[in-house]
Amino acid sequence: MKRIYLPLTKDIIKTLKPGQEVLLNGPVLTGRDAAHKRMIEALRAGKRFPLSIKGETIYYTGPTPARKGQVIGSCGPTTSARMDPFTPVLLKHGLLGMIGKGERSKEVTRAIKKSEAVYFTTIGGAGAYLSEKVESSKVVAYEDLGAEAMLRLVLKDFPAIVAIR
Amino acid sequence: MRRVGAGVIQKTVRELCIKANLELRGDVLSALRRAKKKETSARAIRMLDIIIYNALIAKKKRLPICQDTGMVVVYLDVGQDVLIKGDLKKAVEKGVLDAYREGYFRKSIVSDPLIRRNTDTNLPPVIYTRIVPGRKIGVSVVVKGFGCENASRTKMFRPTDPMSLIQDFVADIIKELGSKACPPMYIGIGIGGTLDKAVSLSKEATLRPVGESSKSRHIARLEKDILKKLNKLRIGPMGVGGKTTALGVSILTYPTHIAGLPVAVNISCHATRDARITI
Ligand code: SF4
Repeated sequence: MKRIYLPLTKDIIKTLKPGQEVLLNGPVLTGRDAAHKRMIEALRAGKRFPLSIKGETIYYTGPTPARKGQVIGSCGPTTSARMDPFTPVLLKHGLLGMIGKGERSKEVTRAIKKSEAVYFTTIGGAGAYLSEKVESSKVVAYEDLGAEAMLRLVLKDFPAIVAIR
Repeated sequence: MRRVGAGVIQKTVRELCIKANLELRGDVLSALRRAKKKETSARAIRMLDIIIYNALIAKKKRLPICQDTGMVVVYLDVGQDVLIKGDLKKAVEKGVLDAYREGYFRKSIVSDPLIRRNTDTNLPPVIYTRIVPGRKIGVSVVVKGFGCENASRTKMFRPTDPMSLIQDFVADIIKELGSKACPPMYIGIGIGGTLDKAVSLSKEATLRPVGESSKSRHIARLEKDILKKLNKLRIGPMGVGGKTTALGVSILTYPTHIAGLPVAVNISCHATRDARITI
């Protein structure tokens, strides 16, 4: 299976084919509903993002808390379509990759293709298994959101399927 | 009169929440294994393998099966000859609180559906208390993730509508939303009663073991027909295509009004989680 090393570049994305299974390696950000809403509100208010998302990959997940000695708790994907209203704007700001589960809207599918970005799906409900594919985890923004805070994860052979590119 | 202290309920709810989150229901696990035998596509088999493996390491490593440790729904069937000493609602809530703290489960509940501030406790649960004959207390805890809860739907049919319309209704939901609800799914359906009764039946229906069918013949037939129809959609495990889109269909019915035919469909993902006990 093909290994992909993050951060993504348009050149890497060009080599990917829809339906292809890959193993993701390297840094991603996490973000789900509340974090997306906040990022977009910050943008609208003319404020800056808490961190640059240029060239980033966002993994839609809200993990369970880690026990002592664990890197992370269960960390499977959440339903990506709920992030659809926010995705085109983030793509405009340089977002290159997304990881989640389920289909995206027509509009988002078009926007992903147009910006030469990529959407991966991974195995929903396999949170315990996927926790073995994360090497490190640290809060980087919106800590007050609890389960929805944005984290920096480093993935190691994290299984995914190229869904849209 | 049998006396039961609220502390016993608290402890029971705590244990059931932990068990539900860490140990996949035995009937669901067997259904996944049966599904694997039927699949022919390598990709579908691999997905089922990962889902089964996930359940095994969740139990072994005491990690939640899924990171969406859900909103907790508690069913209390309280015998009418039981006297509960103490505050029952508080006991249930304390049980949930303890489990979610000690189990390192995700806190996914917001206090107000519109303002949306996380309670950071996973409280409150949804509690249904029913009075039943006898001197026992049945406690069932459902841990409901929202990927699949969001894919659930309800519709008020005409009493004269043919059964095929109900089948199409279910199939259309799965066609549109199935890939978001972590297939293979377990489909709970409530038919009859009032709007709310149908919805609550649809959730209770998922408590029935996968593979068991309704005791009434025409309903068992309908369950079978719907299951066949859903598996023809070929969405497959995690949407990669295959024969197993649904693991089972469970229907509960209730008498209804001459003018109505309420139908509710509650989707439960492959991480269909609950635990129960009688005290
Ligand atoms: S639908 Fe079920 S298995 Fe999928 S993420 Fe939600 S709770 Fe987990």
